[in-house]
Amino acid sequence: MIGVSRVLVPVALVSAGALAYEILLTRLFSIIQWHHFAYMVISLALLGFGASGSFLTLAGPRLCLRFRAAFTSNALLFAAAAPLCFAAAERVPFNSLEIAWDPFQFLWLSAVYLLLMLPFFFAANCIGLSLMRYPDALARTYAFDLGGAACGCFLALALLYLPEPSATVVVVALTGLIAAALAALASARARLLASGAAIAAGIVAAITVPPGLEISEFKALAQALRVPGAEVTDVRSSPLGLLTAVESRRVPVREAQGLSIVAPVAVPEQVAVFHDADGPIPIVRVEPGAAPPDYLDWTTTALPYHLARPREVLVLGAGGGADVLLALARGAEHVVAVELNAQLVDLVRTTYGDFSGGVYDHPRVEVVVADARGYVEDTARRFDLIQIANLDAGGASAAGLHALDEGYLLTVEALGAYLSRLAPGGMLAITRWVKLPPRDGIKLFATAVAALEALGVHDSEQRLAWVRGWSTSTLVIKNGVIDAREVRALGDFCASRGFDVAYHHDMRREQANRRNILASPYFFDAAMALIGPGRETYLARYKFDVAPATDDRPYFSNFFKWQHLPEALRLRAHGGVGLLELGYVVLIAALVQAVVLGAVLILLPLAWRSGRSAALGGGPAVSWRPWRIVGYFVCVGLAFLFIEIAFIQMFVRFLHHPVYAVAVVLASFLLFAALGSRAVAAPALASPRAHHLAIPCIAIAALSIASIELLPALFEHAARFAQVWRVALAVLVIAPLAFFMGMPFALGLRALESEAPARIPWAWGINGCASVVSAVLATVLAVQLGFAAVVATAAVLYLAAMAIGWGGTTRARVLAAGTAS
Amino acid sequence: MARPVTPADSRSRLPLRARAACVCASLALALSAATPAIAFAESAEAPGFAAARRAMLDQIRATAEFTGAEVGRSSIAPEVMEVMGRVPRHRFVPDKLLEVAYVNRPLPIGHGQTISQPYIVALMTELLEVDRGDRILEVGTGSAYQAAVLAELVAEVYTMEIIEPLAQAARARLEELGYANVEVSAADGYYGWPEHAPFDGIIVTAAASHIPPPLVEQLKPGGRMVIPVGARFAVQHLLVVHKRADGEVQVRQVLPVRFVPLTGGHD
Repeated sequence: MIGVSRVLVPVALVSAGALAYEILLTRLFSIIQWHHFAYMVISLALLGFGASGSFLTLAGPRLCLRFRAAFTSNALLFAAAAPLCFAAAERVPFNSLEIAWDPFQFLWLSAVYLLLMLPFFFAANCIGLSLMRYPDALARTYAFDLGGAACGCFLALALLYLPEPSATVVVVALTGLIAAALAALASARARLLASGAAIAAGIVAAITVPPGLEISEFKALAQALRVPGAEVTDVRSSPLGLLTAVESRRVPVREAQGLSIVAPVAVPEQVAVFHDADGPIPIVRVEPGAAPPDYLDWTTTALPYHLARPREVLVLGAGGGADVLLALARGAEHVVAVELNAQLVDLVRTTYGDFSGGVYDHPRVEVVVADARGYVEDTARRFDLIQIANLDAGGASAAGLHALDEGYLLTVEALGAYLSRLAPGGMLAITRWVKLPPRDGIKLFATAVAALEALGVHDSEQRLAWVRGWSTSTLVIKNGVIDAREVRALGDFCASRGFDVAYHHDMRREQANRRNILASPYFFDAAMALIGPGRETYLARYKFDVAPATDDRPYFSNFFKWQHLPEALRLRAHGGVGLLELGYVVLIAALVQAVVLGAVLILLPLAWRSGRSAALGGGPAVSWRPWRIVGYFVCVGLAFLFIEIAFIQMFVRFLHHPVYAVAVVLASFLLFAALGSRAVAAPALASPRAHHLAIPCIAIAALSIASIELLPALFEHAARFAQVWRVALAVLVIAPLAFFMGMPFALGLRALESEAPARIPWAWGINGCASVVSAVLATVLAVQLGFAAVVATAAVLYLAAMAIGWGGTTRARVLAAGTAS
Repeated sequence: MARPVTPADSRSRLPLRARAACVCASLALALSAATPAIAFAESAEAPGFAAARRAMLDQIRATAEFTGAEVGRSSIAPEVMEVMGRVPRHRFVPDKLLEVAYVNRPLPIGHGQTISQPYIVALMTELLEVDRGDRILEVGTGSAYQAAVLAELVAEVYTMEIIEPLAQAARARLEELGYANVEVSAADGYYGWPEHAPFDGIIVTAAASHIPPPLVEQLKPGGRMVIPVGARFAVQHLLVVHKRADGEVQVRQVLPVRFVPLTGGHD
């Protein structure tokens, strides 16, 4: 028999471990697979917690009799499962690239899902058992649970600096080991010793863990390392990503996106830097004292330098410095190079300082480590040229694997910000891959037209110039009208390099599609439709979603249209696999399995138990009829995650990286929702009245709608704040909303407590199941409809929950009055 | 000897429980052996494979008809089809994928590489417009299936593979199947194969950020170069580089699929 004070710290530890594990998984899966797993990870963590709820409903009372053993073994199981299940999941031969071809891939995906759910299941058992075992200390246990979870968010961020990402899951396992030691051992001395031993064991394991992740063999890094003589020379890790520098002595790295087929120049020696195993980003060799190499002059990216002689140049997403070299080679007087990842800048400056000819320490170059959009919104400077590098990895982009990357760099609002920082006659130049059938080039053009219109420009058709090669296209948007001399220069540039003019205001259809011949001049036709009156019809009827990306729907790389799915699937074997957006297909698969597994693992056990005791449908006549319970808890479960997921994705813009957004937003929601549910634990609310439900639901609806209206302005004005202040501001914004969001679920439970306690497990299960589905569904809806729509839907769901619960509480009082009389 | 199946993929008819069992078993297998070696089929021709190959030809034919407008021709030349019906594709896929060797889909062959979808192989061969006496360079041998198809159509095939084990396996396989007019080199294909240049046609299946200029140089005037663009398992389009007789280079970007940009409508 142990007192509650003995389990508080272990509960906090397990809780921290589980949350850190969740965040680490989103990062690790971005490395070994692609980013679209992030939202699946949140869903599978919820599934683990939901399944644990159902499990404890069945086995909890018996396990509480041997609480210490049960807690200890679950903590140990968590410790073992965290690294082992990840290692196992890594080895499941799931290949998202094959998902269009092989129905088996869906089963592999489910195998990954089930394996990774296990650690969360065990961690949830520890917490759930403690809550069951010490009902009188519910509040304190809950507080330690959530405090631990919030700490876990920051533990994960710290761990992501470990140079070996696979070691992070071992460190997470330590929390489980120490929790087990603390709970199991009676004497303080033994606990201390055991904890010490656990830490030592963990450190040894972290060091001896076989280094390296099982990166998908189809990712760029894995492919590059197959080349004889290629070796990893440097690894840097941070929450922003894993950087792997690869040198290849026998077969040189030759990264030159879309180099002209008639280029007379050789690609200079390079080092390849892979970001999350994708890429590569080249660092180019510059001989000491030699002029900067200008091989990039033979790519479409060089276009603006042939239309004008820009002196002040801003390069957004400077990476390894290739675009900076181009600016220097073309005579720029001053280049501002903005790069988010300080480790990448440091790699170029130190390890490859001599190799790169000190490009980032060049007297004409100023390096700024910052978020590109944040820098632009903050700066008062004006530039002759703002250049946005093509950041996505080619192959992954071609397959649509970036479909779910939320990106705030290429939205209508972002382009508007760049355009407003151009000097008179200045140019914004953006290069993208040519995806065929045409998608991202057209979306960029549509986004540019919308941005110009938003700025009140009436001659936007005269400010755009667009060229394409066989693999890249570059769009130039000028702060002024493109004149006849520039039109001539554009023609010469394309003629000498084998590129095509895709659009300028003085061109005819016959001039399009001359050198890289497509079945039809798709690009020119798209441009004409987008600047003309037929834009809306064109966007509606085009096979892909090429409508402008906005801050509300910042999925520039998603082109999926539901109407087009049956055709793409039908044509898949007829060479049409390139029509599918794989990232989106994986998301849909995740949604389907969330529904199925949620039902099987959470609801089925409860149904089985109900068969033996109080069924959901049977029992005495009470106000909370089954339909009311289902309706209420489905609404609340869906709505909570809708808001949480939408906020995570919206705050990516403000906090500059998904991993920061996940950590800060998740921690804030956990903490303040817990406070909210504590607030309704007062004895006076033992059988809540209608207005008790109404107040939080209305507050949530109002606050969430207000957030949608006010957040964009806040993000813009606070863009220049230091990261720590932005984090504080994020917490402050989320706090009141999350506080009220903690109440409806707790109030629903209290209502049941007083009149139908046997149905409480059902309430938990239904809510858990709805959450599992909601985590994925929220992203599906955000991609299709935007964040405002997701949050508005959540507001409506809360109001619906209020209406459903209102009837319940009113009826309850009538029934109670009837019984009294 | 595994029973070959028709491209309709009878696998999807397996009862769910059996498939789940399969998954569990393969999962255990995958866990026990971190990097399972991939063994290749050495079996002799069985009658089932011939039937599967005929079904594959039907698939290619149907697809070619379907995509005629984009590709610019509505059928694959009879000589190419004849060769596609002869080359034993199942000898070029890993053992464990024998059953799906003739399904119209790309397959993984290890080392992060794939064997292309039969339809794409046929189409690339077609777009190369080869003649009997031609000398062809291939960059990116992979399983050597494409090289074997070409070897049946032209005089000489030179194929280069940078991944040593793949090159060795390809060499052995081609020799065993009796292809005497193919030479395999385990080397970087960026600079082509100057000793045998110029070439009447070049096929580049190795991923690259750009078209290596040396390869354009090693193309004979009048020759064609075909390059699939896109990710593994997802060919997006085919690049056909035509060096005209006057030396000028022209590029065609061929979608291997029927693409009607606009849906429905009132036109």
